[in-house]
Amino acid sequence: MGTLNIPVYLDYSATTPVDERVAKAMMDCLTVQGNFGNPASRSHVFGWKAEDAVKEARANVAKLIGADPKEIVWTSGATESDNLAIKGAAHFNAKKGKHIITVKTEHKAVLDTCRQLEREGFEVTYLDPQDNGLVDITKLADAIREDTTLVSVMHVNNEIGVIQDIAAIGALTRSKKILFHVDAAQSPGKVAIDVDAMNVDLMSLCAHKAYGPKGIGALYVRRKPRVRIEAQIHGGGHERGMRSGTLATHQIVGMGECFRIAHEEMEEENIRIEKMRDRLWDGLKDMEEVYLNGDLEQRIPGNMNISFNFVEGESLMMSLKDIAVSSGSACTSDSLEPSYVLRALGRNDELAHSSLRFTLGRFSTMEEVDFTVKEVRKAVEHLRDLSPLWDMYKDGIDLDTVQWAAH
Amino acid sequence: MAYSDKVIDHYENPRNVGKLDADSANVGTGMVGAPACGDVMRLQIQVDDNGVIEDAKFKTYGCGSAIASSSLVTEMVKGKTLDEAAAIKNMEIVEELALPPVKIHCSVLAEDAIAAAIADIRAKQDKKAESAA
Repeated sequence: MGTLNIPVYLDYSATTPVDERVAKAMMDCLTVQGNFGNPASRSHVFGWKAEDAVKEARANVAKLIGADPKEIVWTSGATESDNLAIKGAAHFNAKKGKHIITVKTEHKAVLDTCRQLEREGFEVTYLDPQDNGLVDITKLADAIREDTTLVSVMHVNNEIGVIQDIAAIGALTRSKKILFHVDAAQSPGKVAIDVDAMNVDLMSLCAHKAYGPKGIGALYVRRKPRVRIEAQIHGGGHERGMRSGTLATHQIVGMGECFRIAHEEMEEENIRIEKMRDRLWDGLKDMEEVYLNGDLEQRIPGNMNISFNFVEGESLMMSLKDIAVSSGSACTSDSLEPSYVLRALGRNDELAHSSLRFTLGRFSTMEEVDFTVKEVRKAVEHLRDLSPLWDMYKDGIDLDTVQWAAH
Repeated sequence: MAYSDKVIDHYENPRNVGKLDADSANVGTGMVGAPACGDVMRLQIQVDDNGVIEDAKFKTYGCGSAIASSSLVTEMVKGKTLDEAAAIKNMEIVEELALPPVKIHCSVLAEDAIAAAIADIRAKQDKKAESAA
């Protein structure tokens, strides 16, 4: 604590390091001296011990979201959980109807799964969020049809950190007897979850955004009233037939342990992280032409998504070589499109190209925040000195009136 | 994405950053790209009485490769006649900076910027010739 670790890691929404306590618990489930058995082995103590460890982990995951342990289905991660929930529910209910509602700012694991269902003959409505990133419940209600069987809305957005009003959406879907799936990959340890109070039917979870290992996730599947889904992976009938495959004890134990820690330390940790986040924003917001993307209040403590107008995001990241952040600018990925999330908020392409996402977490320090503020200010000034757009802005030219040669 | 050493060098120590007087008769300005596409280059060239480019300045909004491409171009055009500068091809930039395929559009933009700056100065020269005639 209280140190500056270079390079500074401010990309906790991409993934988190595994907590030492979690790593220890996982390592105890690997070697011959450890708990290495197959949890499905019913005939000996190795299997029973592994099964006990899985049971404890299941209880820890269930506890964090207010579920019954029997409602937890292990998967390989949130992407698989999204696929299983959406395809599984859509297919099972295809006779009732083939209409699904989701939001344009969802993760690709949800959007691309919906695209696949469209190819199979389902119809999908992609709602526009409001400018602050939040779903307008009235618009959602208006989109519901006779043949709607599933609504899928994420809890916490991965890019802008805004928190959707899941309870309000759940009340609506429950009253209409429509299944409600929530991608909660970014939520554990950051915002309280209660699947009963929120009327959630299916919820995708993963470990690696909450100081657990990559490669393990879970799908919450409600039992009362019973939610039925079609399996996507067939085999030995594990996980009550919903997801076959030998359970990875060490991964599951890791997820259970990180969710246990999240449950115990969430409140304190969020206060600490929010202080750092506020310090980061306070250090940057007085600069000219700097915009916060997404609602500031309905937002997880660790997320800051900022557009630095007239500076391109990728070159900004190149300047910040000692700081690990991510950009809504497309040049970083293989596609050349800027962030579809920021565009869905109504941000213009320029501001979408000029955005950076800073996400703080458990091991971030105030010293790292102060260092980041200093480096970002320096880099933005340097790049604005290089920017013809900044020149034009300073000369009082309205860039919207310029005839650009799009390419 | 890893950048080549040459891209990093031009990015960290950009050559010939700045602005020339766009209204001057011997200055040509080329501005290409669009903010919505994530890159805008402004290249300016100044020619002497013999039609040789004696100075070049740039400002670029864009990724590191776009900044490096335009910085490199200011070095390449200096000392060249307009015809020689017009003959510069984007692949020369790609090779010099070792740009990966996803960044080739940056070199194309730089080539376009040269062409636009040359077109601007030629238009000025034609106008001058007309009014003199």
